Amino acid sequence: MLRFIIALCLTIGATTARAEIDIQEVTSPGGINAWVVEEPSIPFVALELRFRGGASLDLPGKRGATNLMTALLEEGSGDMSAQEFQSTLEDLAASISFQASDDVVSISARFLTENKEEVIALLRQALLEPRFDQEALDRVRAQVLSGIASDAKNPNAISSAVFNAAAYGDHPYGSSSDGTVESVEALTQQDMIDAHRNALVRDRIYVSVVGDTTAETVGALLDDLLGDLPQDGPPLPDYVAYDLEPGITVVDFDNPQSVALFGHRGMKRDDDDFFAAVIVNRVLGAGGFESRLMTEVREKRGLTYGIRSFLIPRDHAEVMLGSVASSNETIAEAIEVTRNEWALMAEEGMSAEELAVAKTYMTGEYPLRFDGNAEIAKIMVGMQMVGLTPDYVTNRNDFVEAVTLEDVNRVAAELLQPENLHFVVVGKPVGLESTP
Amino acid sequence: MTRLFAALAIMMSAIAAQAEEVTTYTLENGMEVVVIEDNRAPVVVHMLWYKVGSADEPVGASGVAHFLEHLLFKATDVLESGEFSSIVAANGGSDNAFTSYDYTAYFQRVASDRLELMMQMESNRMNNLRITADDVETERQVVLEERNQRTENNPNALAREQFRAALFQNHRYGVPIIGWKHEMEQLDLQDALDFYDLYYAPNNAILVVAGDVKPDEVLALAEQYYGVIPPEDQLPVRERPQEPPQRAERRITYVDARVSQPYVTRTYLAPERDPGAQTEAAALVYLAELLGGSPFTSAMGQALQFDTQTAIYTNASYSGSWLDDATFSVAIVPAEGVTLSEAETAMDDVITAFMESDIDPARMESIRTQLRASEIYALDNVQGLAQRYGAALTQSLTVEDVQAWPEVLQAVTPEDIMAVAAKVFNRDQSVTGWVVANQEEAR
Repeated sequence: MLRFIIALCLTIGATTARAEIDIQEVTSPGGINAWVVEEPSIPFVALELRFRGGASLDLPGKRGATNLMTALLEEGSGDMSAQEFQSTLEDLAASISFQASDDVVSISARFLTENKEEVIALLRQALLEPRFDQEALDRVRAQVLSGIASDAKNPNAISSAVFNAAAYGDHPYGSSSDGTVESVEALTQQDMIDAHRNALVRDRIYVSVVGDTTAETVGALLDDLLGDLPQDGPPLPDYVAYDLEPGITVVDFDNPQSVALFGHRGMKRDDDDFFAAVIVNRVLGAGGFESRLMTEVREKRGLTYGIRSFLIPRDHAEVMLGSVASSNETIAEAIEVTRNEWALMAEEGMSAEELAVAKTYMTGEYPLRFDGNAEIAKIMVGMQMVGLTPDYVTNRNDFVEAVTLEDVNRVAAELLQPENLHFVVVGKPVGLESTP
Repeated sequence: MTRLFAALAIMMSAIAAQAEEVTTYTLENGMEVVVIEDNRAPVVVHMLWYKVGSADEPVGASGVAHFLEHLLFKATDVLESGEFSSIVAANGGSDNAFTSYDYTAYFQRVASDRLELMMQMESNRMNNLRITADDVETERQVVLEERNQRTENNPNALAREQFRAALFQNHRYGVPIIGWKHEMEQLDLQDALDFYDLYYAPNNAILVVAGDVKPDEVLALAEQYYGVIPPEDQLPVRERPQEPPQRAERRITYVDARVSQPYVTRTYLAPERDPGAQTEAAALVYLAELLGGSPFTSAMGQALQFDTQTAIYTNASYSGSWLDDATFSVAIVPAEGVTLSEAETAMDDVITAFMESDIDPARMESIRTQLRASEIYALDNVQGLAQRYGAALTQSLTVEDVQAWPEVLQAVTPEDIMAVAAKVFNRDQSVTGWVVANQEEAR
């Protein structure tokens, strides 16, 4: 049945803890690839499916179509209504979740070994024969519209919406994948059929399976589960250059605490300097209590409950972001301290000790991630989507160790641009005004 | 369909023998130790649970339990401020803590060969904290910002706070865990130290270690690091003010311009899981599922979201994990054009109809199956298992109660459910809350 199986026995985290996971790469007769880890100790299986493209494939004027379509996959398929489909799934004590985001449609399933065939058949039916009944469409549409209304009054959602619109304009990244009230109200059954045709295609599938099954079994069921999907879909959106002038945008909102989202351009995942950038980000703002931003803004000054920075390489743009919330009276100071820390890291870099501590954490923490079937399945499907091979699990800590002090400080100077930060502040901040 | 249920039931009773491997000890100083073995990954979760939470706070010092939790990351006699977390991170681990009404817990997740270091540090800060007035000043600002973030900025959280304060007429469950803002502003070093000195002691703590460990090795380490700490002989008996008989329904309308979607909730007092007596709580788990669990198959979901388009969301919820009274809640978010009073009436009609009909045996079996399967899925998450034991043991349950719980759930009958439902659905012991953006929506 199987064209080939590659088995790799991987030992990870040689410096500290050692975990062994045996990732098997399987390709079905029909050419669908999957990564499998056999873990028979608990009688269930975790399965992760991804379709690259996601809400970025929304057609012009149809913003929100992929999101609504994905939500409808569990709302009736084949000869089953929404209630029949869900009650069958509940009787099998299985769960299948469907989620659309900017670059991907994600499907996560969890089922007992004994129910594997029934659940796979239900999943196949949901993926291949969704009904998009008008009744379900209208019911779920009302839920989506309620979510859009909530976001309009949620300071965090407002800050993202304003930042993204300013940074990406008409590109799909510039608007919410939920769509607008206007676009969602206008969506039809035909729009669901189109979005389904465009988003769920074989050429863009990534699969991982972990649990009480075998690579051989998985290889044999892939064609049945996914083989009848259309081969390919419309082109993915173009790369979008981050295009936001430095400055401050204040959005008036009557809350006691202001929420700030800020950032500038970031770094691609496949950049040679990516690991150096990850370390810079960790030391600056992503290292929990250990990060400089947390130390300066929270621990020393008590200006916030939490502040962090993020390095976000997406499929069609990359950005470095940060977020902080502080009382309206103190948000200006929190932003000033943040800006200074950003500049200090850009100009002077980090110490050898900070680098060593960051590396110890990163290499020590890595093997601890592989501690459950569902966790491992998610990690593996994510690795496939960014183009990694199974041996990355073995080599990853070597990549971290290979980063030098010279690397991180050169990358800090290039990556961090305090003068280019744009801050979106939602609240009634004292002493801050929008820049022209 | 019925045949399928029968087949499933047989298949899964065979599986049910599989459960977590748990070993328990009690140290001479009274500290309880629970070890859960899971050798799938070289990871260990080390959790220390104190049997003290916000509902044990002195009157006027609300928030001190949570405030103290923050201060435990400051200096001790051998650790500098912040060094605890730095050392955990330098060892590739992560650490945090959380406070609830009934407990305060500290945990680290590390490679299993670092367990001893975690015990060394965690046992050190049980008695040797060296907090300063400066720490208190700064950290009080942090917890006030936390309250801003969680509560003051969130109209739904503010509404919940109002409803809980009205539901509990005497018990401290009516006071928010994070504290009332005006009392948080007054918390000082002495408040924190008094609470720390009294409650942070081995005879008020439960150690839960879960992961790739050997029970006898954990016990040896626990004796070495925790076993040498003397017990607190002033530890008060844990008897908190209880609710008087409640005699009147309470209704609250919370108005906040930041509300995007009006809704109705109702919360009733309900029995909690008690040692050796968990049947009512188990029946309430079923009641929540039957009434408002899955939107596709529950009574409220079917009647209000499918048979009629009264609601865009409905829910019933219950958790039995409380030392004192638990709560049972129902909620409805009306569809466009449906008023809150229409929505509330429709919700009550569903409850009334539920009380007047028999429980569908197929639904009953489906929930039974899902609960049994959830025990299998739970084995995939060793930290979740650790929390299950830690929380229960701070809430007066025993290890035997925790281990009996899945079977108690399996044994629930329709009669158990109807009996507890009749007891819980008493409006005199409830708060009905309307959450709206303006008075016009309150109709």
